[in-house]
Amino acid sequence: MLVNVPGPWSPLLGRLALSEIPYKNLILAPLFVVIVLVAIALIAGITYYGKWRYLWKEWFTTVDHKKLGIMYIILGLVMLFRGFIDGLMIRTQQALAVGPGNNGMKAMGAIHGYLTPFHFGQIYSAHGLIMILLAATPLLVGIMNIIVPLQIGARDMAYPYLNALGFWITAAAVFLIMISLFVGDFSHNGWFGYAPIFEMAYSPGVGVDYWIWTLELIALGTTLGSINFLATVVKMRAPGMTWGRLPVFTWSAVTANIIALTSFPCLQVALALVAADRYLGTHFFTAGFGGNLMLYTNLFWLWGHPEVYFVIIPAFGMLSEIIPAFSEKPIFGYTAMVLATFAIGGVSWIVWLHHFFTMGMGPYVSTEFSIATMLVGIPTGVKVFNWAATMYRGRLSFSAAMTWAIGALFLLLIGGLSGMMLSIPAINYMVHNSVFVVAHFHMMLLCIVYAVFGAVIFWFPKIYGFKLNEAWAKIMFWLFSGGTFLVFFPMFMLGFMGETRRLDWPFNPQWAPWFDVQEVGIFVYVLSVLAFVWMLYVSIRDRSQNRVHSADAWGTSRSLEWLTDTPVPFYNFAMVPHINARDEVAWRREHGFLESNPDHFKAIHMPNNTPMALYIGATTFVLGFALTWRIWWLSIAALVLSVLLMIFRSNRGDPGYVISAREMEELDRESKAHMQEKPALPLPQGGFAGGTATAYSPLPHNNSPSGGTPPSSGQAL
Amino acid sequence: MHSEETVDPSQVILWSDDYEGHDPISTRTFGFWMYVLSDGMLFATLFAAYGVLSYSHSYYTGPTPAQFVAPWYTFIQTMALFLSVLAYGFAMTALKNGNKAGVINAIIAAMVLGGVFIGLDIHDVLRMIRIGATPETSGGLSAFYALTQVHAAHIFVGLLWMLVMLYQILRQGFSEDVVGRLLSLRMFWQFQAVMWVFIYVFVYLWGYMS
Repeated sequence: MLVNVPGPWSPLLGRLALSEIPYKNLILAPLFVVIVLVAIALIAGITYYGKWRYLWKEWFTTVDHKKLGIMYIILGLVMLFRGFIDGLMIRTQQALAVGPGNNGMKAMGAIHGYLTPFHFGQIYSAHGLIMILLAATPLLVGIMNIIVPLQIGARDMAYPYLNALGFWITAAAVFLIMISLFVGDFSHNGWFGYAPIFEMAYSPGVGVDYWIWTLELIALGTTLGSINFLATVVKMRAPGMTWGRLPVFTWSAVTANIIALTSFPCLQVALALVAADRYLGTHFFTAGFGGNLMLYTNLFWLWGHPEVYFVIIPAFGMLSEIIPAFSEKPIFGYTAMVLATFAIGGVSWIVWLHHFFTMGMGPYVSTEFSIATMLVGIPTGVKVFNWAATMYRGRLSFSAAMTWAIGALFLLLIGGLSGMMLSIPAINYMVHNSVFVVAHFHMMLLCIVYAVFGAVIFWFPKIYGFKLNEAWAKIMFWLFSGGTFLVFFPMFMLGFMGETRRLDWPFNPQWAPWFDVQEVGIFVYVLSVLAFVWMLYVSIRDRSQNRVHSADAWGTSRSLEWLTDTPVPFYNFAMVPHINARDEVAWRREHGFLESNPDHFKAIHMPNNTPMALYIGATTFVLGFALTWRIWWLSIAALVLSVLLMIFRSNRGDPGYVISAREMEELDRESKAHMQEKPALPLPQGGFAGGTATAYSPLPHNNSPSGGTPPSSGQAL
Repeated sequence: MHSEETVDPSQVILWSDDYEGHDPISTRTFGFWMYVLSDGMLFATLFAAYGVLSYSHSYYTGPTPAQFVAPWYTFIQTMALFLSVLAYGFAMTALKNGNKAGVINAIIAAMVLGGVFIGLDIHDVLRMIRIGATPETSGGLSAFYALTQVHAAHIFVGLLWMLVMLYQILRQGFSEDVVGRLLSLRMFWQFQAVMWVFIYVFVYLWGYMS
């Protein structure tokens, strides 16, 4: 039943041996030393400042959606950096190796450039996998995690514990792919895997196994998260938050998570079948014995294409929040926007075949998938026109968040139009597997990155209570855009010149100038990373100047998350608001209710923190690692332990705790006092038509149960 | 939504009084429906793989379904699973009446019948291995095993879940958590039976006819 592995295997350690640690590799060995030193410094620092207890109590065991969201975003940013370094290495290899007759670095054992083909293969595989699943996905999930409950007026996600579980399983996936750097190898056959190269006969190492279990873990974590998001939006909305009033970002989260919920199981099955081939000797995707190579490719892209829209749709949602706020207008064509989002989500299921038109399924099938792919352009076009119409005759302010959002629109245009070209099979046959395709989807994914940076700048003050430095955010924007242009414009050109993707040795010397331009571009990106770090440093250093003293950080925000205190207290809303309009905050601002506070409070019920999610996440990491190295006893132990932990948690349950109405009143007063610590600055004027608002009308106290009281500061809008 | 619109400040409701008491069981049940949807996609993908890998060439030179499936034998499995679902249904009616002993007895009956299903499944797998129809034989057989054994694994998880529920009923009685879990388990168990209908028809009956 079990497949015999080439090379040594022992019952205790499986395939694990000291020789699997690449201590001779001139890149990995120094990197390992650096990471160990950084880790020691971090641990020493945390111990010196006595922060372990704080980290454990406030972060590692938390079930608070905002803290989990922040951890998701940190995870995503770290992996974005790792993926970026992979990209830097790919670019440098190609720039060094281009053309015949160049000699590789002997010390590295390379024939061309500085990387061996096997190492280069691992790098581009890791780059793709990390950027899509371990950078973009956690960043988007993190932002959804923070913002969706706030936008619908909920206290937390529907299942706070499941939320923590999803995060820690994602973290386990991140640890698994990071450990593949230093223990064994990573997969060398692309992030989506080519059948049958991933079969045992052709890839006998552990690389493909790392790839399988990393993907399985991230798929599990994301599926759990998507259940949670859907239940949250359906079940936890504040009274009055009808479907027609749901903010567009929340709508996009709904669409994205329907996609995730229905598509990730396909990935799980596809990879489980690969694992069966490699571990049990089955013949799903083998070239003989009745296996079917293209079945894998179909199953993978059956998930893969919806996944692409799973990452782009939340980015569209973020643009739909940022652009209205900085245009001081409601979103143009709300209904069309929501329908377009759902249309994209629906079409995402019927286009997967355009990833491999060259499979040769005949003109009829190709035409169907070609037309379905072109259909995507219609709702996407609707969205672009809606954003443009939102800005039309708006009072635009080009703050950093808005700059990133507009940059995203340009990338969407280039990426979308090149995508329309690729949807035509006749063109696709010509450019299939060329870097033209790579340039196209980098435009789309960078559109997401732009939207994410815009969203981080936009929502940062809501979470931390101070704004990021505008000037440095804009410097970073221009450096990042310069890098994008210099790297990907030549890539489109190289695609037309016939460069196929994943070349460790680009043989054509005529390509050399373009590679040099790309190399310059990637170092402009390096500058933008430095600008990002500097922006964070400057913003944190000057945080007292950049403090936000009102709930509405930008003065022109529209949706519900801007109603609660800044920074958001752990209970989100002292009293859950009753929703009266689509853009509730804009509506309250225009009618003078923005400063109204609830005149009474109610007891609320909150979940307890628990380390159980962390423990189960740790067991899934051990499970993935043990399966990769075929340490059977450890795999079984980890699986049994994770089930026992789940049963243990289930038996104990979580009664949660209650905060009484009196305590809530006290907490609310403290939170408001903290927010307004300095004398409140004059509130920026909001609303359209000259920033006017109706006169403030104090409400009578006895108008409860749901009336308001005049604000203590008495600021009339 | 426009600033011209007039709002009577004395009439407007700004804060909600009735949010805190939402129904945890309905939230839990909805989430479990979402899980069932994803589980359905999991089976759909496996069915797709089975469909692609059930051409005559998919069986290479090994046995074809007509040679290795035993529909009458599997019909007993079907009956065991259906009766188990029925027994679980009795547990739900007993739950409605607050009849603790009834719930426990019915769940034990459902477990026994589910155990019969698993036992027959293992026996059938052993029989197939004896006649040389192993998963390594051909792509078609790999897909057959994947589909049927993933289903069997779901049944196994269901049985484990029932065991845990028995413990929790005895320990906590019909607390809100326990009732919510029993309702989710009902969906899970019925869904597995529905999946088995598809497997029985498309894998066993169709395979026998092919």
